[in-house]
Amino acid sequence: MSALFRLTATETKLFFREPIVVFFALAFAPILLVVLGLIPAMREVSAELGGIRAINAYVPVVVAMGLALFALNGLALLFASYREKGVLRRMQTTPVKPIVMISAQIVMATILSVVMMLIMVAIGRFAYDVNLPKQLLAYLISYLLAALAMFAVGLLVASLAPSGKSASAIGTLVFFPLVFFAGLWVPRAAMNDVLRTISDLTPLGAAVQSLQDATAGTWPQLLHWAVLLGWTIVAGGLAARYFRWE
Amino acid sequence: MAIIEVNNLVKRYGDYTAVNGVSFAVEQGEIFGILGPNGAGKTTTVECIEGLRDPNGGSIRVCGLDPHRDTDELRQLLGVQLQKSELPDKLKVGEAMELYSSFYRDPADWRELIETLNLTSKLNSQFRSLSGGQKQRLSIALALVGNPKVAVLDELTTGLDPQARRDAWDLIESIRDRGVTILMVTHFMEEAERLCDRLALIDSGRLVALDTPAGLVSKVDDTQRIRFRPSAPLDHAVLNALPEVTAVEQAGSQLVVTGTGNLLLAVTTVLAHNQVVAGDLRVEQTTLDDAFVALTGRRIES
Repeated sequence: MSALFRLTATETKLFFREPIVVFFALAFAPILLVVLGLIPAMREVSAELGGIRAINAYVPVVVAMGLALFALNGLALLFASYREKGVLRRMQTTPVKPIVMISAQIVMATILSVVMMLIMVAIGRFAYDVNLPKQLLAYLISYLLAALAMFAVGLLVASLAPSGKSASAIGTLVFFPLVFFAGLWVPRAAMNDVLRTISDLTPLGAAVQSLQDATAGTWPQLLHWAVLLGWTIVAGGLAARYFRWE
Repeated sequence: MAIIEVNNLVKRYGDYTAVNGVSFAVEQGEIFGILGPNGAGKTTTVECIEGLRDPNGGSIRVCGLDPHRDTDELRQLLGVQLQKSELPDKLKVGEAMELYSSFYRDPADWRELIETLNLTSKLNSQFRSLSGGQKQRLSIALALVGNPKVAVLDELTTGLDPQARRDAWDLIESIRDRGVTILMVTHFMEEAERLCDRLALIDSGRLVALDTPAGLVSKVDDTQRIRFRPSAPLDHAVLNALPEVTAVEQAGSQLVVTGTGNLLLAVTTVLAHNQVVAGDLRVEQTTLDDAFVALTGRRIES
């Protein structure tokens, strides 16, 4: 427990010493939300989006994008470069088990990304009058499931990438389709059936729909939570399977 | 009882046999060296001892533990300094020590350790700002923070300047004085000769010889050569009459006396007796380097 606590505290300190990583993992998504909200058209009710304002539809999308940035640019890069530099190998010679190291990273990433999510929900509420999630518990569960699924994908990228640089490249490559299906360019409500079905099966598509449902006050569909859990189990399992100390 | 026992160790990577039937035992309190050229199987051998690699054959015991099966317990007893291993760039020395000491059941006082290793002034420095020697010292501190019974040091002084290397040697001796048994891997002859109580010479995955540094040298050849410029002419017959002397040659103004045993004492006694002073006197002995060439048929640095 003490090793896990120390590792989490140390990793968090180190995270905040990397301004560029902090910017992309933590600040970029909230800034994007602020910028989107400043566009007048975003604050108008859109028939295409089922009669809600565009900014309301975009809060969950940007929240989900924030998770993807954290997982793919933060976590994956960090882990792969630790391996490349032999940081993990040195740790392997101590009594600390790999699961403790991975847990520390996930605890840190979860806490920081929950804070980021709260900031974005607050920006939506106070700057742009977006209503708070009506089903708070469902919103939180959906968010945590989405976070786990994305961190598992991030760790899988880190496990497969041969170096820190390639983790960063693969992370970016994975990022764009994921945020596309989350609805960053074409909102899910505006997608055709084929695209929306694919989106349902991607971690961020499922995440966005669950967050939207919880915001609107209905419990998310079982399908979307199952998709998130599925990604966590499959990607997490593969990440553990292909995990290398060196 | 030996603290490390290696019996008939075999480790293969695919078709390539990196370690092929190596056996040795390290006694408690020893500085034991594994010496050999690059690619000889030194690092693979210690990685099997550290439980980082699973051997294909043979057995290993460290403090009575099987490194592969009792890995958890081994980690508490064995301190490891790896050949290539860094820390996160922006991790500070003090933070690293605090972090690593939290990993162990019964950690050493890391502040005292840092003091011993002369790093106290660097407590708030980030890893990336340390010099090569400081990084190595920190690496040793991390290997010792768990209060290990055995420390394994792999190519500790590679890449250090001569002064830092000498400092590291003093340090290793002081670690042994704390009661830690040291297993070190090196390809520096001078280092092996200066530090190690005993050496295992490994070449192409096989144990070539196992002895004290002096023992290895004498096993090969104990011929010595003395060169000097006599202050007055000296009859070669006087020297040739000594049982230790095998040959006397004149090389310009110098005399070269070849022989065995306590050659220097015998020759200087005769010189004193004949009131001849030996100018520019030099003794050339077989070195560990020569022994290595004789035992393996090639030079170590190649």
